[in-house]
Amino acid sequence: MDSGDTAWILVSTALVMLMTPGVGLFYAGMVRKKNAVNMIALSFVCLVVVSIIWVAYAYSLAFGSDVAGFTGDLSYAFLEKVGFDPLDGMTIPHLVFVIYQMMFAVITLAILTSAVAERVKLSSFIIFGILWITLVYAPFAHWLWGNGWLAKLGALDFAGGMVVHISSGFAALALAFVVGKRGGFGEYNIEPHNIPMTLLGAALLWFGWFGFNGGSALAANGLAANAIVVTNTSAAVAGAVWMIIGWIKGKPGSLGIVSGAIAGLAAITPAAGFVDVKGAIIIGLVSGIICYLAMDFRIKKQIDESLDAWAIHGIGGLWGSLAVGIFATTSINEFAGLINGSVSLLKAQIIAVIATVIYAFVVSYVLAKIVDAVFGLRVSNEEEYVGLDVSQHEEVAYA
Amino acid sequence: MKKIEAIIRPEKLECVKKALEESGYVAMTVTEVKGRGEQKGIKLQFRGREVDVDFLQKTKIEIVAEDKDVDRIIDIITSSARTGKYGDGRIFVLPVEKSVKIRTGEEVSE
Repeated sequence: MDSGDTAWILVSTALVMLMTPGVGLFYAGMVRKKNAVNMIALSFVCLVVVSIIWVAYAYSLAFGSDVAGFTGDLSYAFLEKVGFDPLDGMTIPHLVFVIYQMMFAVITLAILTSAVAERVKLSSFIIFGILWITLVYAPFAHWLWGNGWLAKLGALDFAGGMVVHISSGFAALALAFVVGKRGGFGEYNIEPHNIPMTLLGAALLWFGWFGFNGGSALAANGLAANAIVVTNTSAAVAGAVWMIIGWIKGKPGSLGIVSGAIAGLAAITPAAGFVDVKGAIIIGLVSGIICYLAMDFRIKKQIDESLDAWAIHGIGGLWGSLAVGIFATTSINEFAGLINGSVSLLKAQIIAVIATVIYAFVVSYVLAKIVDAVFGLRVSNEEEYVGLDVSQHEEVAYA
Repeated sequence: MKKIEAIIRPEKLECVKKALEESGYVAMTVTEVKGRGEQKGIKLQFRGREVDVDFLQKTKIEIVAEDKDVDRIIDIITSSARTGKYGDGRIFVLPVEKSVKIRTGEEVSE
């Protein structure tokens, strides 16, 4: 047990927790004002619901003893046998690890609310969310972090490029296909109603990401410091790339700058414990370009994945996960990527990325179809027209 | 001289603005308003109980025009703001006694 490590992971837990309402504010500013309360509330709903199922059974499915490489068992259900003592190889109480990991599950579900912005029935989203954490998030966490089949294959995911960002991004795309476009999408402009609110949300995300990636070292050490340095660098580079693209096309809009920064943050996440700052610069640079192109592609194809979880988190996470296999260096951690002469890590990363993209998309699509058929995922036209704040919460953001 | 007040759906503003501009009617004042028409807002049904949404968000466009332009402007607004569903809005035409341009003090009246 190490008190310094424990203190740092407790702080990181708090940092990651704040990212979830941060996602809520980030998204809320980008929707119309009649849906602002709902957008923030959905994030809090994720915090409320996932916190309960995580301690009840989802932590155990993710980190319990391996069952066929696919899932954990239920030995830790209701935190049975989880106490103050560290797990093997860790220096923090098992309980601290549980709640730190809980915050990852919470924010992952919050990210995919992007897909259903301004049109989802709250009750159906809760049902979808519970099923999704159980059948998509928990297995992914097990595959990569709980000694599941991808971990055994040698795939690496430092802080959730696949577990968090590919899963939420590609699930959001699947969900958007099932729930359908917002009324008026493509016919008239659906403008962000409060850009300062989105900037505040982005600030909380960037701030929290230091705990997200820095905490994933699971210790207060040099690796945590490296993770924070490369995280900040990648975010800054990708933010600068979007700013330049904005400038070339007209004005450097603030929404683009922070969207780029988040693309850089998502991309560096799987790599933060394996690459140095030179790798981070390239990861940030490429993520800024490809996430922008993905967003452009989505808009051209008239897909209403409303707030771009797929383009930013899905594609950012995909690129970052592959980049681990390219830029991992033994000067930071024990793993070597392609530029350090090893091909095997890149092979493992490619297999892991393909598996997680397909599984996240297909299973999320099927779950959404089932929830839609049984309960209906979408509010009525009238409810959508008056806005979800009134129709789902009987509240308004602005009197 | 007449003042045209059009209460329209907020999402139709861009469309109406563009259509008016294309016909040379650029000047206008726009206000966000709330209101209800003959339908008395919208009734929603939740978990067995009814919720009245009395006032819906609307946008008001005000345009002062020569008498000869009024019908044309009304035509442009009705065709560009129409969805065919309840809640498309309403247009009012009011007489205007005088109009003064503040920058120049120029007075226009009929």
